[in-house]
Amino acid sequence: MSEHGDHRHRRGSSLAALRRLGPYIRPVRGRMIGSGLAVLGSMLCGLTIPLVIQQILDGPVASGDTASLPWLVLAVAALGATEATLFFVRRKLMIGPGTQVEARMRTDLYRHLHRLPVSFHDGWQSGQLLSRAVTDLSTLRRFIVFAAIFLVINSLILVIGLVVLFLLSPVLGLISLCCAAPLIVFCTIFESRYSALARRSQDQAGDLATTVEESVLGIRVLKAFGRGPKLAAMFARQARELRHTELRMVRVMAALWAAIIMLPELSIAGHLLFGTLAIANGTMTVGTLVAAVTVATYLRWPTDSIGWLLAETNRAATASQRYWEVRDAPVTITDPDRPRPLSTPVRGHLRFDNVHFRHPGSGAEVLRGITLDVRPGETVALVGPTGSGKTTLTALVPRLADVTGGRITIDGVDVRKLALSDLRSVVATAFEDAVLFSASVRENVAMGADGTTEADVRAALRIAKAEEFVEALPWGLATRIGEQGLSLSGGQRQRLALARAVVGRPAVLVLDDPLSALDVATEAEVEHALRSVLRDVTALVVAHRPSTVQLADRVALLDGGVITAIGTHSHLLANNKDYRTLLSTLDEDRDEVMA
Amino acid sequence: MSTDWRGVAAEEVDEVDRRTGLMLQARSRRLLASLLRPHLARVALALALVVTENVASLAGPLMVAAAIDAGIPAALGGDTTVLLWCVGGYLAAALGSAGLRYLFLNVSGRLGQDVLIELRQRIFVHAQRLSLSFHESYTSGKVISRLTSDIDAIKDMLDESIEGMLSALLSVVGIGIMLMVLDLPMALLVLVGFLPLILVTRWFYRRSQHTYRGTSAAIAKIIVQFVETMNGIRAVQAFRRADRNESIMGELNEGFRDANQRAFGLVATFTMTVRMVGNLSLALVLAIGAARVIGGGMELGVLTAFTLYLRRFYDPLDDMAMFANAYSSASASLEKISGLLEESPEVNEPADPVALPARSGGGRAISFTGVSFRYGPDTPVVLPEFDLTVPAGQTVALVGATGAGKSTIAKLVARFYDPTTGAVALDGVDLRRIADADLRGAAVMVTQEAFLFAGSVADNIGLGRPDATRAEVEAAARAVGAAEFVEALPEGYDTDVRKRGGRLSAGQRQLVAFARAFLADPDVLVLDEATSSLDIPTERAVQAALESVLADRTALIIAHRLSTVLIADRVLVVEDGRIVEDGAPADLVDGRAGGRFATLHRTWLESLV
Repeated sequence: MSEHGDHRHRRGSSLAALRRLGPYIRPVRGRMIGSGLAVLGSMLCGLTIPLVIQQILDGPVASGDTASLPWLVLAVAALGATEATLFFVRRKLMIGPGTQVEARMRTDLYRHLHRLPVSFHDGWQSGQLLSRAVTDLSTLRRFIVFAAIFLVINSLILVIGLVVLFLLSPVLGLISLCCAAPLIVFCTIFESRYSALARRSQDQAGDLATTVEESVLGIRVLKAFGRGPKLAAMFARQARELRHTELRMVRVMAALWAAIIMLPELSIAGHLLFGTLAIANGTMTVGTLVAAVTVATYLRWPTDSIGWLLAETNRAATASQRYWEVRDAPVTITDPDRPRPLSTPVRGHLRFDNVHFRHPGSGAEVLRGITLDVRPGETVALVGPTGSGKTTLTALVPRLADVTGGRITIDGVDVRKLALSDLRSVVATAFEDAVLFSASVRENVAMGADGTTEADVRAALRIAKAEEFVEALPWGLATRIGEQGLSLSGGQRQRLALARAVVGRPAVLVLDDPLSALDVATEAEVEHALRSVLRDVTALVVAHRPSTVQLADRVALLDGGVITAIGTHSHLLANNKDYRTLLSTLDEDRDEVMA
Repeated sequence: MSTDWRGVAAEEVDEVDRRTGLMLQARSRRLLASLLRPHLARVALALALVVTENVASLAGPLMVAAAIDAGIPAALGGDTTVLLWCVGGYLAAALGSAGLRYLFLNVSGRLGQDVLIELRQRIFVHAQRLSLSFHESYTSGKVISRLTSDIDAIKDMLDESIEGMLSALLSVVGIGIMLMVLDLPMALLVLVGFLPLILVTRWFYRRSQHTYRGTSAAIAKIIVQFVETMNGIRAVQAFRRADRNESIMGELNEGFRDANQRAFGLVATFTMTVRMVGNLSLALVLAIGAARVIGGGMELGVLTAFTLYLRRFYDPLDDMAMFANAYSSASASLEKISGLLEESPEVNEPADPVALPARSGGGRAISFTGVSFRYGPDTPVVLPEFDLTVPAGQTVALVGATGAGKSTIAKLVARFYDPTTGAVALDGVDLRRIADADLRGAAVMVTQEAFLFAGSVADNIGLGRPDATRAEVEAAARAVGAAEFVEALPEGYDTDVRKRGGRLSAGQRQLVAFARAFLADPDVLVLDEATSSLDIPTERAVQAALESVLADRTALIIAHRLSTVLIADRVLVVEDGRIVEDGAPADLVDGRAGGRFATLHRTWLESLV
């Protein structure tokens, strides 16, 4: 639907894009050169074979003296065997580097994506990232294994072939040279047309992947509204656009190919004409002409393939460009140069000091000067209307986003001055959307905390009132859940996410509406158990319900990006009209029912 | 039993027995054939072009031979016409083959793209038709990899190899014939060299089938892991999951790398053997040919042409090796795709649908008759047999603990699943007899997770009714109380919600999802925890909207908040899949029906301040 986030049509030269592969190619340089030499060797063998054939035709065959014939035939056999063996060597040598570069680049991309801020992820279509990690990287692998080497070697062979032709006969060599010259013109024209199309097709493939991903992840909504056909129509439109681009590429490619394959043929025809005339004049032997024609024939493949190789190179350059667009995205949330150590023991004194926040690229501030002091062991509830910035505020504590003004401190240290891993081990979060991973229950719960024991996991599950249903799972704690495992109900997922947050007793707990999916009875039980946890830790709890608010020592009312009131629940209920509107509606309902 | 491998069952298995392997291959071939069948005319055209092109390019060496054997002697005698004819013929052949090549590339390129677009659409539409129960067990990443990496493998085969295969096959046949015409005994000698090639090709094909099954599975795992990480990036970062994820990805990457290396290794051996056989035959031909020319049994021009042809004869074999390789890779993908396509949706569209009675304006009656439900034959019963009738226009709330079966009842009404026994009917018409479009117009379900698609707020609301005008979209947003926040967004209704609605809070996403349902204007509305993330005033606004919206339609509401439940005409308390209390809220509060709701209500009252 939208084109947001992908940096289309940022043109750079193909060569520059390929040069950026340097750091990955460098470690495998030796093998690439070795492989290139193998190609060269095999081609030289191939090129020498016709020369030996010439010797056979002009020597023993012409003279009838068969003494040297066995040796010459043996030479052809030996050269042929060497050529075949070098074929093998070339492939064997390149297997490792090609797949290694692909794997390393994917690992680095994945690592980079892990470190990019959430705002980056929100803005980039998932399919565009996926197509870079899969399709573009396999294009690069193919390039490194084949096209890169052959582009160099084939050009070299072409030059060597021309030299051989010159040595055989300067006239024939000149004819071939004249026929090879237009190659440069063709390739330049091709380059300029093809690379723009390659970029477009790869971007369109990414869009297509996005639609695919949404169609699968949003399948419930699509089914509920019967909108599968609508999305299918959109998919069909995108697929047609991609087809259109691909067909244009086919046409450009076909034109180049047809033009290129004419060149060696012209040269062979020229050889034939001038060679035969020369033979008629007695200035050339039949063997020389046969050899020249054979060499020229041999040069057909290196010449013809240049079109295809150039296309592959263009695709690879585009793939590299697309890859580096993501890798170049700045990791804005980083470890400080000299991280400050955590205070020991961590007391968990959380302070918001005139905190401002605006989304990147957006004018309006979501938070406009939040000052809030959460003392060690204190629980503060954040209450505010939908969209008032509560979730944003909670995301700032573990630095999923950075403040755009002011600062947040833990035990007096700015969170930006702590090492990220330290910060995130101190702060544990339970999100509104309970995200579970394809892993065992144990791993899902123990996730963030270091050195968690089985007992810790069980204690956390008890607090979240999840122990009972986990016990009932087929393999208990070892049951695989998440997308590749057992599916759980919304309430069960939320309780596991809560257990994950409280495991190992973090110093600062950030809970974003942690009980919204629970039924009333379970909610009451979880609250009861949570109280014992909250007694010792500093907690910020986003709440929509009076029941959740009651977990807190104090309540901060957030409205329009500022804290408009702060105090105990009963105090605010008695004295703040907005707060009453937000939290006491239920009283009216109760009256209704009682009446 | 080969039936055990229907559908996607064989995907997780590395090693399949011979019979199953053949069955899977036959299935992939059937799929490929069904894709190509509509384009048979174009396949024939492509073939004809390749034949003509090969004939044209084969004429080349003949012209060279003629130039040497006939042109030179004539030129020596001062007559260059023969020579000029030969050269002219050569050029004409070259020009012809270039033109034909251009045409062929266009025809085959279009053919490949048409096959791809058809395959893409087939998979996409089929995946959409498959039941939720299938998607819940198959994981999204796998469907995505069917439509991305597997399509890529097939595209590679179509792009680079079909023409290579066709022209290789034809030039091998064509050159074979030419060799036989030139000199039969020597041609037979060359053909003997073919026997080991056939054996090695068979060996290669078998081994590579297995290997590529591995690469295709390995890249699918990478995609699954990637998709999961990107969708849960907040939790990944906050819980320092990065290291663990990277080590998982490292292993998967390693697996893919190994599989690829095995595949490449096979290709290396294969191409080497092909080349080796070719070169050794050449040496043999030279030895015998030279001896025969010396002995006067063969003309020099024939031997020259023979050596020229022989090199051309083996060059396309490399292409054939590459095709065999691409085909193996593509057939592993075709195997998986054909498996997915073979899965039949458990929830099927009726063959001869029954029309729903005309809309009366007061909602539709829902009836459950002898309904029981379990997710699969081996899983426990979720809902034991029950009957339930909801008259048109009634608002029914389902109450009970998490996992009691409320959502399952709701999903049966939306026909996300079909009941294991019995029937769910709308106005007396079995849901299984209603056309999908009719059913989705009549009954709409809003689920807990308010999934938003990339696009604007208006796009997302408009999903409820694609033909709605902007005014109607805005009216829907106003009706559920979403207008205020939407209008405060930088571009109002045109604001991009960003990936999965990342720009909005959970409550806002729920409001958009709610507006979507409101716009759809169904006779029956099913709300499964649709307001759990709203703050109280917003929820109250939604409730107010609901009360007017629900006045003339049937509704099934699942909510943990009793405030929402209390707007219902009737409450059903569900426990362990059974309806244990049934009555008007006020009646149930009295405790006459068993007291569960009364207890719930009391707990809730105590939680209020």
